[in-house]
Amino acid sequence: MNAAVPLHISDLTVAYHRKPVLWDVNIALPEGKLVGLVGPNGSGKSTLLKSVLGLVPRSSGRILVYGKPATRNRALVGYVPQRETVDWDFPVSALDVVVMGLYREIGWCVPVRRRQKEKALAALETVGLAEYAHRQISQLSGGQQQRVFLARALVQDARLYLMDEPFAGVDAATEQAIIALLLELRAAGRTVLVVHHDIQTVPTYFDHVVLLNMRVVAQGPTEDVFTEENLRRTYGGKLTLLSDAAEALARRGAQRG
Amino acid sequence: MGDSLTRLLFLSDYNTRVVVAGTLLFGAGAGLVGTFLLLRRRALLTDALAHATLPGIVLAFMLFAALEGGGKRLPILLVGAALSALVGMLAVVLIRRFSRLADDAALGIVLSVFFGLGMALLGMATRMETGHAAGLSSFIYGKTASMLLFDAVLIGVVALAVVLGCLLLYKEFTLLCFDSDYAAAQGWPVLLLDILLMFLVVTVTVIGLSAVGLILVVAMLVIPPSAARFWTHRLSRTLMISAAVGALSGGLGAGASALAQDLPAGAIIVLVAAALFGFSLLFGTERGLVKRAREAARLRRRIEEQHLLRAVYELLEGGKLGSAPNFPDYPLMFPPSTPKLGADPNFPGQEGVPISALLEARSWHPRQLRRAMRRATGRGLIAVLPGDACTLTTEGWNEARRVVRNHRLWELFLITHADIAPAQVDRDADRIEHVLDPDMIRKLEALLPAQTAGIPASAHELAGRGGAS
Repeated sequence: MNAAVPLHISDLTVAYHRKPVLWDVNIALPEGKLVGLVGPNGSGKSTLLKSVLGLVPRSSGRILVYGKPATRNRALVGYVPQRETVDWDFPVSALDVVVMGLYREIGWCVPVRRRQKEKALAALETVGLAEYAHRQISQLSGGQQQRVFLARALVQDARLYLMDEPFAGVDAATEQAIIALLLELRAAGRTVLVVHHDIQTVPTYFDHVVLLNMRVVAQGPTEDVFTEENLRRTYGGKLTLLSDAAEALARRGAQRG
Repeated sequence: MGDSLTRLLFLSDYNTRVVVAGTLLFGAGAGLVGTFLLLRRRALLTDALAHATLPGIVLAFMLFAALEGGGKRLPILLVGAALSALVGMLAVVLIRRFSRLADDAALGIVLSVFFGLGMALLGMATRMETGHAAGLSSFIYGKTASMLLFDAVLIGVVALAVVLGCLLLYKEFTLLCFDSDYAAAQGWPVLLLDILLMFLVVTVTVIGLSAVGLILVVAMLVIPPSAARFWTHRLSRTLMISAAVGALSGGLGAGASALAQDLPAGAIIVLVAAALFGFSLLFGTERGLVKRAREAARLRRRIEEQHLLRAVYELLEGGKLGSAPNFPDYPLMFPPSTPKLGADPNFPGQEGVPISALLEARSWHPRQLRRAMRRATGRGLIAVLPGDACTLTTEGWNEARRVVRNHRLWELFLITHADIAPAQVDRDADRIEHVLDPDMIRKLEALLPAQTAGIPASAHELAGRGGAS
């Protein structure tokens, strides 16, 4: 397929316990753009990122990263998970967490060396946390923790970044730092797909949007796609019909089997 | 007894020495694996696995007793134990997969059923003609005294292999335990890593059976890493301390058990570990209770002192001296030769403030106020004047200015930037201003450019002002 398309998803369907989360999703991202992934709670935004990374089994569909199956092009994909997914009381420092982004490059059983630590320190400096490198992660504020996660993805020097709600619950300083970082990534020709909750800021932050509610409602340049009509279709009531039907289907299946 | 004590202390008995060394290595291995196990939150699974080893041990014994006439060979029994633990783990996974039971229920079922099965088999084994099955019960409670030299060497060698495995996979296990989703996203085989970790856990559990016994072996995987967390925030040190605690408990317990044959080694080992845990809980340098209590007390004293200084300052400012034209900008520094501000005729706090007014200024207990005053006097911050009054010294004045300034900057910040009703500000400011570091204060100053010089006026009505103005 087209090796210039950072992320090409076709006919993706994902179901948890027979309940569909994503239904026949088709997405093609343009290169070098900041893309907002927007939709109501439970619309499958995180699941979409996770299926690209191969973290959830998919019922059908194909996911290509720069023309190759996503699971074979992992090195090109940087991932920033939601902050709440890990235990921040874990006995590691900010630097240790960032170095984790280089573990694949270091390889099995080989210890981390100075070169990698320097690289990680540089990434921490980019997100403005160099002086916190040796702090235990529980001693960082929520926004700083989020920036540590960003640095871990940055250090990998990927071409496609997937970020799961990086703006959730962060302070103003971190929000500014993340935005500056996104612009920097775009300037360097990287593609960034960001799960975003705050509809107000979408037009200012993103060049391109994907409106998602179990299926793709609309996608394209923000000024064309981010319209009231499309938002109403994304957040509006019509889609409950679809999920009701799916739930009824799942119930019937469960009764039979 | 005295003779055996010297023999133990100097480990002059070769056999004892090897047994102690073997158990010590087991403890170190258990401490290392246990750290990852705890961070992966699988401690309860290990308890189920340990109990699930019993049917395997007894079956292996019966099988080889029937074949050879004597089945009590440790390696064979341990292989049986490991196989049985694997079946137990499989049972947990299957129960979880095919029922809607929670994890703890699945673990409880496997633990009790396998142990029950093992006990039933043990009853049968003791009735076999060929058997010397009585010794099998030492796998339940642990008994180093019955350990043969060869067994101890075997345990030590396997424990060393486990230690090596942990060191080789340090990076991989860290990632697995911290963020398994990210590990999977990076392409690490998370399932394989989990299996490797559980393999090391089963290995260390099985070699611990003859020393600690299957009921208590989980303690050696859980207690040392728990103790280590009180001392450090770094994983590498957690591992080292955990291994040391495990080794110390293993070595001491095995030694004590060798000294007095009827002391159950498992119990001693676990009790030594528990004692080390208790010590860490109290005196740990990162999270120990003593350290935390000290810090809390220090903070409380600091807050009390700052409250006192601010109360005195604000009484001087708002009360009788509110009209003094030079009040807020009274120079910060005095020549060091001026011992007390009271000696300076221009100082607004000449007459001081009555203690009764101080008592009314805040909701503090008279005893609390006296204690704070005593401490502040001792630190040379306030001076007691005749007539039950007190005033600030030079140092006290400078310190009070700083405290009041921080307090009001923070208040202003809350009002201008966080949309908090001014009436609610004072209490919030109280809590946070005491821990403001210089960095934070610089940030506040930058946010409130109009306030960088001098002390801003209070944002709310001062308690003592009403009477004077």
